[in-house]
Amino acid sequence: MAEQTVIEKKPLFRPFNVIAGIIIIIGIPLTYLRFTGGLGAITNLDNNTPWGLWIGFDLLTGVALAAGGFVTGAAVEIFGMKKYHSALRPAILTGFLGYALVVFALLYDVGRPWRLPYPFFVSQGVTSVMFEVGACVALYLTVQFLEITPAALEWLGAKKARIIAVKLTVLLTILGVLLSTMHQSSLGAMYLIAPSKLHPLWYSPYLPVFFFVSSIAAGLSMVIFENTLSYKYYKYKMSKEHREARDGVALGFAKACSMVLAGYFAIKVFGIALGNNWNLLFTGYGLWFQLEMLGFVLLPCFLFAVGVRDKNLKLIRWTAGLTVFGIFLNRLNVSLIAFNWHLPLSDRYFPRWSEIAISAFVVTIGLLAFRFIVTHMPIFYEHPDFKEEH
Amino acid sequence: MSDGIHTLQEFMKHTKGIIYLLGIGYLVAFTWFWKFLNKKSKN
Repeated sequence: MAEQTVIEKKPLFRPFNVIAGIIIIIGIPLTYLRFTGGLGAITNLDNNTPWGLWIGFDLLTGVALAAGGFVTGAAVEIFGMKKYHSALRPAILTGFLGYALVVFALLYDVGRPWRLPYPFFVSQGVTSVMFEVGACVALYLTVQFLEITPAALEWLGAKKARIIAVKLTVLLTILGVLLSTMHQSSLGAMYLIAPSKLHPLWYSPYLPVFFFVSSIAAGLSMVIFENTLSYKYYKYKMSKEHREARDGVALGFAKACSMVLAGYFAIKVFGIALGNNWNLLFTGYGLWFQLEMLGFVLLPCFLFAVGVRDKNLKLIRWTAGLTVFGIFLNRLNVSLIAFNWHLPLSDRYFPRWSEIAISAFVVTIGLLAFRFIVTHMPIFYEHPDFKEEH
Repeated sequence: MSDGIHTLQEFMKHTKGIIYLLGIGYLVAFTWFWKFLNKKSKN
């Protein structure tokens, strides 16, 4: 059981609470403006750039970073790596909240939330990649909700319902891996429609493969990153077993991430060769591409390897942060920075402050939900009533 | 035969040839990387 006895009463006006409160106070009227005045009221989106920060950051980055759920689920439940079991619930929770926020943020971008079920029940566009993305996100969100349900049922003391939920675990994990593979790649496939808009160094017929492979690295590094932050802020909630297992999780995931990043770097180089785009590498965009590839793919790959070899956990945790930032940069490059690269600067999109505020609002809601769940439900420890059954 | 790439076939031949060479280079590099990753630190 977690050491709950050492919790001291914390003041309400802590820095996190104050900042979160300010963001929410700003976010609510902006939400009202968005749904009454349309996209034009609070965004800089136009016909050249109909997808802006909310797609580049909230959706593409959010989905990639939420990949930790299916990666950890596959490792523990399918490949039988039970030594990573302690990382499973936090990873699934992060994944579930990540996807829930993706859908929440998408409502701002798409508008008219009551029409969300239309693609499934009214007008199915089954030949569209967008349909695949929508279907997979909806199904995977449901799967992740069911996967995290045992923790909620343990908290509520619903023993019989929990038994049914636990029995579904392996089936749900398999479904999760299947759906994630499909839609992580289909997010990349969405950009296949824009070969003339996306810079040739980022555009490739293999974009779906790039998105899928990089999402695995994102998931692995996000588990390490989330674990580091959780330990810092919720150490008092972690059981002894959880605390003891976290170094092993970091080492194992760092090793896997190092190999995945090595593979990802190679296929990105193959992508350049496939388009014969070597001559673009020393242009302005080329140097930016090199920074992304060398600074946020090859460097973390090497640092993870050194960290694993030397069992340097501090280096591994910093490198996980670097990789997470690298994935964020890659998704922004594909969706915003290298998109419409041929347009004059005056016609290029730059997000308005209100778009950034809405993104911060969405992330803040996620952080508050995470805090509520980990402080109430058995995420970092095993519930004493069900300890024998884990 | 003149130098340069003029047809799609020549382009494909050129890019595929480079990809095969890169693939071999990657396999060699990954073997080294695997050894590096699994080598125990002296510390």
